[in-house]
Amino acid sequence: MRPEGIAQILLYAVVLIALAYPLGVFMARIYTRDRDDVIERSMFRLFGRNSGKEQDWKGYAKTVLVFSAVSSAVLYAIQRLQGDLFLNPDHLKGVAPHVALNTTASFITNTNWQYYGGEYTMSYLTQMAGLAVQNFVSAGVGIAVLVAVVRGIARRSSNELGNFWRDLYRTIAYILVPLSILLAVVLIWQGVPQTFHAHATATTLQGAHQAIARGPAGSQISIKQLGTNGGGYYNSNSAVPFENPTGLTNFLEMLSILLIPAACVFMFGKMVGARRHGWMVFASMFAVFAIGVAINLPAEQHGSSVLRNSGVNITMSGSQAGGNMSDKEVRFGQANSSIWTVATTDASNGSVNNGHDAQTPLGGAVPLVNIFLGEVIFGGVGSGLYGMFFYILIAVFIAGLMVGRTPEWLGKKIEAREIKLAALGALFVPTMALAMTAVAIVTKSGLASIYNPGAHGFTEALYAYTSQSNNNGSAFAGYGATSFSASFGTVALYFGRFVPLLSALAIGGSLAKKKIVPASAGTFRTDGPTFVVLLVGVIALTAGLMILPALTLGPIVEGLMH
Amino acid sequence: MRNLVQSLAAIVALTALLGFGYPALMTGFASVAFPHQAAGSLIQVNGAVVGSKLAAQQFSSPKYFMERPSGTAPAYNAAATTFANLGPTSPVLVKNVHTAITAILKLEGPYNPGLTVHEIPVDAVTTSGSGIDPDISQAYAALQAHRVAAVRHLPLATVQKLIAQNTDGRSWGFLGEPGVNVLELNIALDKLGGN
Repeated sequence: MRPEGIAQILLYAVVLIALAYPLGVFMARIYTRDRDDVIERSMFRLFGRNSGKEQDWKGYAKTVLVFSAVSSAVLYAIQRLQGDLFLNPDHLKGVAPHVALNTTASFITNTNWQYYGGEYTMSYLTQMAGLAVQNFVSAGVGIAVLVAVVRGIARRSSNELGNFWRDLYRTIAYILVPLSILLAVVLIWQGVPQTFHAHATATTLQGAHQAIARGPAGSQISIKQLGTNGGGYYNSNSAVPFENPTGLTNFLEMLSILLIPAACVFMFGKMVGARRHGWMVFASMFAVFAIGVAINLPAEQHGSSVLRNSGVNITMSGSQAGGNMSDKEVRFGQANSSIWTVATTDASNGSVNNGHDAQTPLGGAVPLVNIFLGEVIFGGVGSGLYGMFFYILIAVFIAGLMVGRTPEWLGKKIEAREIKLAALGALFVPTMALAMTAVAIVTKSGLASIYNPGAHGFTEALYAYTSQSNNNGSAFAGYGATSFSASFGTVALYFGRFVPLLSALAIGGSLAKKKIVPASAGTFRTDGPTFVVLLVGVIALTAGLMILPALTLGPIVEGLMH
Repeated sequence: MRNLVQSLAAIVALTALLGFGYPALMTGFASVAFPHQAAGSLIQVNGAVVGSKLAAQQFSSPKYFMERPSGTAPAYNAAATTFANLGPTSPVLVKNVHTAITAILKLEGPYNPGLTVHEIPVDAVTTSGSGIDPDISQAYAALQAHRVAAVRHLPLATVQKLIAQNTDGRSWGFLGEPGVNVLELNIALDKLGGN
């Protein structure tokens, strides 16, 4: 490993913490502010009496569900009708029904799985007014739900978790929009297109005709990275120079992947008055992130057996990055492709700056396992941390069993109802992902999507349903869109989003009602390194063990055979 | 019912502000502050657009530096980017890499006496992520320099100097990896004359 690579990884970690901590503190202040601003006052005046009142968990959940349903209908309609609407200078046709359906589910659930082809499927109107709007909104919904659950933890003897509209508005207006504008300015400066003109036409040096796709990309790519969305403006996502032109944009886009998810952890620590606990949760996440890079990077630098056996020079030197350069860009090389791969699958971002399908068996297993862990290692904005709460509850429950006391977490007694909900939240999604993979590899219509032969083809299917169920959105992108895979994936997307979301809200509602019990000598401490070990262990033993058998059929077999 | 009406109002307002207002604002800003980048970093030669700094294009004439292989259809399609998506153990990958090696040995061999497969850098035989990677590694540029210099009857040092001038270093000296921009390099060569 060359010093430049190490320096870039260390810098990434330092800048991430330096920015996420103050952002988290700022977020906590935003969500605990009592006074409404002028827009909130007019919004609630318009929505009618009592519309600004706090909601219990069921009321909050109902609003989230209805709003998501309405958003789905609008997004589906825009895609289907884009051929007859304005802002379509390249004259693209309406999106095919099964692709439109999957893409709708994909963007409403903050997943951004791409069965669509970016620049050649979506008109400017669909990109701006459909997909980019949901990039803001689905991220806002995730953070709003997290804030509600955190209030449930912080409050005592209460029924209310907050008001969805207020939380959504504050997230978008105070956090997502300002950060998106800042990032978009830098991206455009570095070379990301931002125009309403149709594609450009060039006559190349050798006299050929080349069409160059462009559009309002900068404004969309900034929120795509910040909101853990990940759906590319272009088909090849952030590998495309127009989405990610330089080392600087790559660094900032990678930073944006983890920024808000990491800030959410610090916000949580501040809102519940347990900053040390917040740091321990952060430490657990960061440890798993570091392990991911430590496995993926050497594997990719070592290269695939095909490239090694071909005899070409894959050794890193001052004049080339070397390693497995298949589906990777020269300006990113191995270090920056690896950090991105791990960050985007720890967080449920799913944007990619290299093709995961072409990664080595061991290297490609890292993003797969990361996603399967339930998108709780930083995870999606909001959804990552409320997903982590399931594992924290299971961890304190196991600790309670070991010492023979009723488990407690942040002063709240954890009882049967919370543990049942946590188990549902933690285990439903991985179970669904495995079951759907099983169906997809034994049915003829499922097999039609597989692109590469052998064990690698199995991994493509496993990755597809793992990614969609866990709302990540990255892919072994050879896996193709058929009407079966698109519809089947739609089911994974919606259930994968809303089962954990509702479980988390129910836990928040249940915890809000409880009284605070003072900590005693027998209370398991959640603010020390023992907790970090226990939490990482619980994640490895639940989701980690669930994917192990499937790993042996995919990446492990592939790695052993070559 | 109340949720439904509020949701409809919310999505209409959010679409107006975030879906139209925000991109319009950024586009207006970009057209004033960074018009060149906003339009796609297009490069003009004698008033005609010949390509973009950010997109590879097809080169086949021996007087030009060649790009990396591309997985798009047709190659270097800047309006339909894609990965090649060949798995690390794919038989098609074996075949493609072999074909690329054979072609490079045939093309560069006469100008690089004693050239073997071990001197071919890996980026020369692998597809890029986007299919339009505008850069090649410095190693691949150095390999091609001998051919380009010979075909254009230029001193090798001149070509090497142009390579250095058209190498994009790491941002701020340490972010990302250096790469040689093939289109800009070939334009610089054409400007120099020769052949």
